Amino acid sequence: MTDLADLTIARAASGLRTGEFTAADLLEAVMRRATMTEAQLHAYLTLDHEGAATAAEEADRAFAAGQDHGLLQGIPIALKDNMCTRGVETTASSKILSGWVPPYDATAVARLRAAGAVITGKTNMDEFAMGSSTENSAFGETRNPWDTDRVPGGSSGGSAVAVAAGSAFGAFGSDTGGSIRQPAALTGVVGMKPTYGLVSRYGLIAFASSLDQIGPFARTVEDVVLLLEAVAGFDALDSTSIDEPTPGFGDALRTGVEGVRVGVVTELMGEGIDPEVRAAVQATVDRLADAGAAVGEVSLPSSEHALSAYYLIAPAECSSNLARFDGVRYGHRSSIEGTTEDMMSHSRAEGFGPEVIRRILLGTYALSAGYYDAFYGQAQKVRTLVRRDFEEAYADYDVLVSPTSPTTAFPVGERAQDPLAMYLSDVCTIPSNLSGDPSISVPVGVDADGLPVGFQIMAPALGEQVLFQVAAEVERLVDFQDRARLATSDEVKP
Amino acid sequence: MKPGWEAVIGVETHVELSTRSKMFCRCPVDVDAAPNTACCPVCLALPGALPVPNEQAIEDIVKIGLALDCAINERSLFYRKNYFYPDLPKNYQISQYTFPVCEHGSIEIEAEDGPVTVGITRVHMEEDTGKSTHVGDGGGRIHDADHTLLDFNRAGVPLVEIVTEPDLRTPEQARAYGSELQRIVLALGVSDAKLEAGSMRFDVNVSVRRTGDPEFGTRTETKNVNSLRSLQRVVAFEIDRQVELIEAGGSVTQETRHWNEETAQTAAMRSKEESEDYRYFQDPDLLPLEVSEPWRDAILASLPELPADRRARYVEAGADAAAAELLADSRGLSSRFEEAVAAGANARTVAIWLTGDVVAHLRRIDGDIDATVLSGDHLAELSAMVEAGELSSSAAKDVLTATIDGEGSPRDIAEAKDLMQVSDVGEIEVAVDAVLAANADAVAKIADGDMKPMGFLIGQVMRETGGKADPKVVQQLVRAKTQG
Amino acid sequence: MPVDIDIAKVAKLARIALTDDELDQYGHQLEDILEHAERVQALPTEGIEPTSHPMPMVNGFRRDEVGECLDPDSFLSQAPDTRDGQFRVPRILGE
Ligand SMILES: [Zn+2]
Repeated sequence: MTDLADLTIARAASGLRTGEFTAADLLEAVMRRATMTEAQLHAYLTLDHEGAATAAEEADRAFAAGQDHGLLQGIPIALKDNMCTRGVETTASSKILSGWVPPYDATAVARLRAAGAVITGKTNMDEFAMGSSTENSAFGETRNPWDTDRVPGGSSGGSAVAVAAGSAFGAFGSDTGGSIRQPAALTGVVGMKPTYGLVSRYGLIAFASSLDQIGPFARTVEDVVLLLEAVAGFDALDSTSIDEPTPGFGDALRTGVEGVRVGVVTELMGEGIDPEVRAAVQATVDRLADAGAAVGEVSLPSSEHALSAYYLIAPAECSSNLARFDGVRYGHRSSIEGTTEDMMSHSRAEGFGPEVIRRILLGTYALSAGYYDAFYGQAQKVRTLVRRDFEEAYADYDVLVSPTSPTTAFPVGERAQDPLAMYLSDVCTIPSNLSGDPSISVPVGVDADGLPVGFQIMAPALGEQVLFQVAAEVERLVDFQDRARLATSDEVKP
Repeated sequence: MKPGWEAVIGVETHVELSTRSKMFCRCPVDVDAAPNTACCPVCLALPGALPVPNEQAIEDIVKIGLALDCAINERSLFYRKNYFYPDLPKNYQISQYTFPVCEHGSIEIEAEDGPVTVGITRVHMEEDTGKSTHVGDGGGRIHDADHTLLDFNRAGVPLVEIVTEPDLRTPEQARAYGSELQRIVLALGVSDAKLEAGSMRFDVNVSVRRTGDPEFGTRTETKNVNSLRSLQRVVAFEIDRQVELIEAGGSVTQETRHWNEETAQTAAMRSKEESEDYRYFQDPDLLPLEVSEPWRDAILASLPELPADRRARYVEAGADAAAAELLADSRGLSSRFEEAVAAGANARTVAIWLTGDVVAHLRRIDGDIDATVLSGDHLAELSAMVEAGELSSSAAKDVLTATIDGEGSPRDIAEAKDLMQVSDVGEIEVAVDAVLAANADAVAKIADGDMKPMGFLIGQVMRETGGKADPKVVQQLVRAKTQG
Repeated sequence: MPVDIDIAKVAKLARIALTDDELDQYGHQLEDILEHAERVQALPTEGIEPTSHPMPMVNGFRRDEVGECLDPDSFLSQAPDTRDGQFRVPRILGE
């Protein structure tokens, strides 16, 4: 018999409506899976048993009363710990916020609650979303369910792992430089970064405001669409949210790729990309061509500078965004005696982990007098060049494709002491953050070690329709059936 | 000012707007509420909260810019000014840097030494900080405080900063500038501009140089000056201090100072070890501001009459300059003045009554004009009676105060008090004839060319008529009858 | 441009109290990262407008309407130190 925890959201949603099972049954299934896997994976920082049970009961009551708030009603969903949840501890995996319980919900969270989703808990992440491995958590790293000696990617590693391991049907994360897509690739699930401004950032603990975007993880493209539709759309609480009606994306899933122009980004298929990853991506491109897509090669010449620009822009914004963590109104306060300035400086030194401190220092320096033009100002201009490259590419192509990550999951500890090597993990994903365009990672195979490979599809701003159209076709063509070892082994089955 | 020296003065003014809600969140602008009861995730800078700009505040700053003859930038940008201070929840202030909303304006002020045009460098939008209370032995002074309490009700209140060019030269000019700016802000209705409450406050930059020196001297900035009188005194003090310092062979240090009202002195604030590095950068949470031409024009069309225009109009109508200023500064006086003039009153007379007798009487009875029944129509009626010779100007003043006291309309009062003048020539002639007949000596002297008794005779006629005869008519008749 | 960082000054500006060893270590790491980042300086960007926001939108205003405030207990209860409904911090100026 199939474990309910392994169902897709779409399948679970229909079962709830036919009375095959209840929301309480679904919750029990994912909580059982969490019980079996958490000791090894540590996907969650907080499992909200009580809140989730209440939400599941409410969903079941709603079904019984004939009320239907949409396809997420009764579906267990996990949230990255940088999304504020009223009444549930939210730390962004930082000691500086340990114990903080937000008095308000992020807009995305409020919309999920209104849709009847059952929030299972808060997932582990790199502290303040700074990292690509989920090793930079103040509360211990998250492991990859395909091989627990390896990282799940990051920073939204916990959300990716919860979905891959079956301790949630879907999850949300945030993507600033690849923090949804890269862990999705490394854990064999679908992860998507929407167009900047499509999902409200209100209540998302900011890392780099001009790059951050909330997005979904799920095991299928269709499920990702369901999750996105529940949270997308204008929010008056976020000035940068796009004030346009959001179309449904579901229709795009069955249209195929006949005539769709697909550009393979040459700069992201060469040096620095693992040969096995490249081969899996190339095989997928060939299948798309066979299915009728018009495939060609396209150059994004500025993309090699995108990484450098990103590692100036993101730290600069973060140095300012994280200034509010000062021990005055919330969070950790140092017990060292002194002036308010001493209190702030020690609270911050004690509360932030090394990667966060590194980026704050880098950003502070890049913005300081005499260096602004050389670093931050120049990086903003490079951002313009990256956008222009994309604009030119989209004149000829409907979507661009590449690997999501240069490598498959790497061993825990391998890059922890080498910031630059870690930063290179994001080389394929960063350009879409700089341009603000939507991008998705779809699993397309495994390497010789049995680790999943992610295929990245990029589309122009608000090009979610064509993005999902191609992603759904890739999913169909590749028919990726592998599941993480921990989600399939006997030790997690009832 | 000491001869041979010249001062160069610039003023930065902060004005809290009186919008309903704060600049970037929906909390009420209510600084008197119990501490921390007008706060939300945004103005407390809780993790994840985002700013959304208040459209009314942008409209208000555009009004200020237009009133100060500024160019309104079609596109302006919000920046973050980064510095750590406990009353600043985000540890950065949302402000503007390059591309403020308004630039390149000017304002004409009247100082004792004549009119001065003061350049306005920029007018930009920002947000206020929270309020700190320093607790300790020092009686609320930061220097002796043992700890500090923070109330964030004021955090995020919209704040407009208005920066002048260094065009002011004397303490009086600085005061006149502050005063005129306050009038403009009040006329626009965008702020209560209460200096004592801090909703309008000045930072003043002062330097001195020898007359004729093209170079500016080193300037000091004195912060948070909260009255017009202090503004003038700060400038005067700084000029004297700096001149004395330089003449004694010293030099002025560029520094921030604060004004101590009790000692009437400025003193250097304890300086921070390194100079501030605010790391300004464009706020990624906020979009560029676009004030389109149609929007700008609509705001321009909605501007009320500005104080300078109003004063000019009152002078044009016949008021003298001093009265025009007093009238224009008071909503209560100006509305009655305008009503009276519209009803045909003599503007000059009414202006004198309102700014002299009315103000004096209100002060005596400790009253507010709007709490009295005095209307523009009353003033017009009174003016008409004086013009027609029905009431002497001194009797008019008595009628005026009685009107304010609610005793009735001017005519009713004048009649009830028997103050109406006799202008009927026939009636007065009877009295004149009687007086002349009884004073033949005086009449004879006048006939001989000695005009001295003329006043005596007129006085006698006035007494005969109980003071009600129109003096002009009496004078005419006595002259005619004695000089043939 | 040679990368030369006054890391102690940067740390003070960022309000992070670090030991000398830590300063040293972060200083070296920043220099490595910035050497990499310096490549962006080689790019010809004359006349290129900087991009600070990915979407070409403007204003994003809200109307001047008052909304609900938080119950002070909901945030004061989470503060490290409060007194009389206010947040409390140590003295602001040093001895
Ligand atoms: Zn607020």
